[in-house]
Amino acid sequence: MANPGLRQAPPVESSSWLRLLPPATRFVFRGPAAAHAAAGTVFGLRLPTTPCRASMRPARAALWLGPDEHLLMAPAEDLGALRSAFASGLRDIPHSLVDVSHRQGALELRGPDAAWLLTAGCPLDLDPAAFPVGMCTRTVFAKTEIVLWRTAAEAFHVEVWRSFTAYLVGMLQEVARELPQ
Amino acid sequence: MNSWRTDGGGRIDRTRALSFSFDGRRFTGFEGDTLASALLANGVHLLGRSFKYHRPRGILGAGSEEPNALVRVVRDHSRATPNLRATQVELYDGLVAESQNRWPSLGFDLSAVNDILSPLFPAGFYYKTFMWPRRAWHAFYEPRIRAAAGLGRAPEGPDPDRYAQRFAHCDVLIVGAGAAGLAAALAAAASGARVILCDEQPEFGGSLLAEPSARIEGMPAADWVAAQRSALAARPNVTLLARTTAFGYFPHNLIGLSERLTDHAAAPSAGSLRERLWQVRAREVVLATGAIERPLVFPGNDRPGVMLASAGRTYLNRYGVRVGSRIVVVAGSDAAYAAALDLKAAGAEIVALADVRSAAGEAATAAAREASLPVSLRATVLGTSGRLRVSSVRLGTVTSGGAVEESSSVACDAVLMSGGYTPTVHLFSQSRGTLSWNAERNVFVPGKPAERTHAAGACRGIDALAAALADGAAVGSVAAAAAGFQGSTPAFEASAVEFGSAGAPGALAQPGPTPPAKAFVDFQNDVTTKDLALAAREGFRSIEHIKRYTTTGMATDQGKTSGMNALGVVADGFERSIPEVGLTTFRMPFTPVTFGVFAGYARCDLFDPVRTTPTHDWARGHGAVFEDVGLWKRARYFPKTGEDMHAAVARECRAVRTGCGLFDASTLGKIEVVGPDAVTFMNRLYVNNWSTLAVGKSRYGILLRDDGFVYDDGVVARLAEDRFHVTTTTGGAARVLGMMEDYLQTEWPDLKVWLTSTTEQWAVIAVQGPRAREVISPLVSDIDLSPGAMPHMSVGWGKICGAPLLLFRVSFTGELGFELNVPADYGRAVWEAVYSAGRSRDITPYGTEAMHVLRAEKGYIIVGQETDGTATPDDVGLSWAIGKAKPDFVGKRSLERPAMKAPGRKQLVGLLTEDPTVVLDEGAQLVESARQKVPMRMIGHVTSSYASAALGRSIALAMLAGGRARIGETLYVPMPGGDIAVKVTAPVFYDPEGVRLNG
Amino acid sequence: MLVIDCPYCGPRPELEFSYGGQAHIARPANPATVETSDWAAFLYLRSNTRGLHAERWRHVRGCARFFNALRDTTTDKFIATYRTGEPAPAIDSRGDR
Repeated sequence: MANPGLRQAPPVESSSWLRLLPPATRFVFRGPAAAHAAAGTVFGLRLPTTPCRASMRPARAALWLGPDEHLLMAPAEDLGALRSAFASGLRDIPHSLVDVSHRQGALELRGPDAAWLLTAGCPLDLDPAAFPVGMCTRTVFAKTEIVLWRTAAEAFHVEVWRSFTAYLVGMLQEVARELPQ
Repeated sequence: MNSWRTDGGGRIDRTRALSFSFDGRRFTGFEGDTLASALLANGVHLLGRSFKYHRPRGILGAGSEEPNALVRVVRDHSRATPNLRATQVELYDGLVAESQNRWPSLGFDLSAVNDILSPLFPAGFYYKTFMWPRRAWHAFYEPRIRAAAGLGRAPEGPDPDRYAQRFAHCDVLIVGAGAAGLAAALAAAASGARVILCDEQPEFGGSLLAEPSARIEGMPAADWVAAQRSALAARPNVTLLARTTAFGYFPHNLIGLSERLTDHAAAPSAGSLRERLWQVRAREVVLATGAIERPLVFPGNDRPGVMLASAGRTYLNRYGVRVGSRIVVVAGSDAAYAAALDLKAAGAEIVALADVRSAAGEAATAAAREASLPVSLRATVLGTSGRLRVSSVRLGTVTSGGAVEESSSVACDAVLMSGGYTPTVHLFSQSRGTLSWNAERNVFVPGKPAERTHAAGACRGIDALAAALADGAAVGSVAAAAAGFQGSTPAFEASAVEFGSAGAPGALAQPGPTPPAKAFVDFQNDVTTKDLALAAREGFRSIEHIKRYTTTGMATDQGKTSGMNALGVVADGFERSIPEVGLTTFRMPFTPVTFGVFAGYARCDLFDPVRTTPTHDWARGHGAVFEDVGLWKRARYFPKTGEDMHAAVARECRAVRTGCGLFDASTLGKIEVVGPDAVTFMNRLYVNNWSTLAVGKSRYGILLRDDGFVYDDGVVARLAEDRFHVTTTTGGAARVLGMMEDYLQTEWPDLKVWLTSTTEQWAVIAVQGPRAREVISPLVSDIDLSPGAMPHMSVGWGKICGAPLLLFRVSFTGELGFELNVPADYGRAVWEAVYSAGRSRDITPYGTEAMHVLRAEKGYIIVGQETDGTATPDDVGLSWAIGKAKPDFVGKRSLERPAMKAPGRKQLVGLLTEDPTVVLDEGAQLVESARQKVPMRMIGHVTSSYASAALGRSIALAMLAGGRARIGETLYVPMPGGDIAVKVTAPVFYDPEGVRLNG
Repeated sequence: MLVIDCPYCGPRPELEFSYGGQAHIARPANPATVETSDWAAFLYLRSNTRGLHAERWRHVRGCARFFNALRDTTTDKFIATYRTGEPAPAIDSRGDR
């Protein structure tokens, strides 16, 4: 296990509606439908097959990003164990498992203004009827790509590549200047 | 105050006086005034000069249709907005406005000579005159015309305001909050649909705000509007947007809205939000955009004081302003009678009511008789006079035989005219909906929609109050139902004193074929009946051509006041009907939109994402100068005190050649290619043979497009039998992954291999130089770094400082080199650890500039610098990399095309200047002999050029026709300062045997 | 901004998509045997259709899949979208099958 004290993620200034989520294990799991069941068994959480939906339980989340692409998330300390478990559990099943734990980070937007903040730059309809809790998708926010996942009526988990974090946060803070201080 | 303001009435707050200035003169108005109403209340009718003839112009209308009264509103040197319609500028205390298009002053404008010289400026004059001498166009005519033409002046300073943007979705978007729009909103909102209702005015209500006689549901119409607005605002499914113009109708029911947030405020706080762009995606759109009154076309109809009848009513009933005390009313429609009646009741004298028709409607006739209005039928207007404001009107009579006789000259201080109403179909037409001709009312109304669009109320010719309310409610229900929301249709009890609004477009009858003075059709673009007649005489038939030739209906007017009259004049000239002539396309925006609205948040630091690597802050702390590479910031060089770039780069290069350099290569693209078919995929895609690459080894790979030209390059490592780590150029990361996905998904979907970008997973720290191994050895564990165990192009897994390490023995400098890949969060810590460990060996951080010099000394190409999308691998000396035995790879077939093997293709060579101190310009051309006539025959060009510290002289790379056969020749680079002689060499300048790599 | 019906994710805004040129131009299975002129046609010749046009799109900021679309070039309207590998639906420009 690496020394976590050496880790340094892009800085994010927290506020009443924004916080940086702690480091996590992230894998991009890619493979055909035939691999999904085995992957779910190893991961301990079924991989969603419905487009744009996430499944989750404590310490595990699996997001459908494409028909052969899932984002799997777990606590940071599970990285090695999960990698070994996939290697042995899916030894004979063609698939790709790639560690992207450092490629991207996660922000949480929470509160009654969360959707309002996001629709300043995201062209999707974030009304709960159109984007319900449990929906997730890759999309855009202004000039950057994000993965947007609604975790509660008033909470969104936003994945962003590390070098775009400053831009995304800067944009959101600019939008938030309209909110009552 | 003054005699123009009424004693009471209107929607202004007479307890709140506001001071403002126009062209330096100070005036007073009231809260609720527009700049136009406040100026009229002060007796000011002259507001501007016309576009072409610089004729004095006043206020024609009372809303966004205003073509004349364009002003510049100034807050400070950075915040000054030109071309605002005074009729839409809300008055605030301290407002400063200026007229435009005049010099030296509004009252005395020297360019008004254009009016007298107008025979020189007929339609299309710029196509006909100024043709000779030809050279004078650029030197003289065009600059002069540009200086004289145009409207308004932009502010000098950068815009300090902020602008917002927002995406929104709704079930029903309703444009226009007049009677029909409000009724539609009430109906749609009650169904539970998500509703957005927008209106360009600060208050909802539209024409109801100027209809004191109207009553709805037993209350005055304005009170009903206020009550319904409150009711709508209380609903969570409704968004109300005042001061918001729907400026454009885009495909799939996307409507652009421009919301003005602070332009009406006296002193918006610093940094406050000025405007917001809304991009609204609506399931159903209801257009309740109303109608615009048409001017009448007669000589002198543009004189200040000549206004639309509806404007006269609006200024009276909404703003408490009488636009004149002795008024001539010219009626082409019963609507003019309402203005005459209201103004007479308010104390103005109606000196004539000249009705150009043979009869008026019954209600209008009866009301005029009761009020003893001086009505004359079959009238016409022969001209007006008054230098800066109308002072008299010459009236005529059309005899039963059709002759026109002058009847009287009437002194007056205002003229109100009505040619009937034109439905506002701009947005409907923008959406590509087809318009249909309503012959009864002589108007185009929305016909077959191209989108999910519904029209309601006056914009489809239904403008009687009760009918408009009923239509709005019905359309609102239909729209909501179409979006999936059923509800009942509300009914509204309403009454109002109303006359008809129909009229006939075209010009009023004149005694001769050519009117004695200009009769304007398009006020904003100074287009007269003569111009249209000229276009017809010169053979233009298509209305679209006539529009462009004469400029009628162009620019911001977009035919609001001019369109139907132009059609009427053209149709009369051709003796065709208006629908036969057809209609020009309405262009967006409906009214002008600021650049700020479109820029939105994207300015200054947020203009584009700025991508930085994990070591960015360290580099900044160590004085790095950065350069932009795509969106990335990369350290270009690290100057020490007193060093310029040249000195710093020379020092950094020497350090790498003699000791140890430290370089951040994190921005390189990285793609992990994983799956049992990974090697098959790589073989099909890259030119190289990957089957022979062992696990734990890497190789320089080249990617072509199928046209055979070099697309990208980079080192590819085999991490496992079924796993490749592919690096790409910094700029190529996204497009290479896209190309890989394209082939995989669409050409070879049977391959069991998957791609994942790992560009940002890894921080890449290059440690290069003869002492590189010494520096990193103490830090690295689990990898044997000895040359035997870890030779050039090998790869190993281990740890550094406790962090996971993917180590490449690789070099882009020609020296012993390592690239340390560590998970990005560890990048800063590992970088600092390497730097500390190397201090005793004088480790030197270097930037992209030194990297470029070092690789050029070795003849290593950079894709996009040596290559330009037309270079094959052989052209740049890389044919050795091609897996010759492979049956196919992307681009292979194209390399067999004759042109790709033809002699004389440009090939990569080195150049050494005869004078070793001369550094060539990149992009400079090569010629065989400098003694040629211009244009010389160019046979190659310089692609890279640097001062090389290692060689103590300049070096350059070039692409040269038949280059490899020319090594040893002397060529020339002609430059403005003289010809530079160069010797052609092989492209590797330093350590051609590659001994140092294997140190 | 168009709304494009991704065959995997459903209707989504155009901002998430990239255009990929004309559809149904398959790379020859064995390029070495293709005549030079035919190879040039494969590389460079594309139709410039007025009306229904089959073209490739990619939901690059979504599920990242390439797919095909029938679009009417005179109105910009998408008539149908379908997955890569599926034949173009028999359809006229009004969307009637």
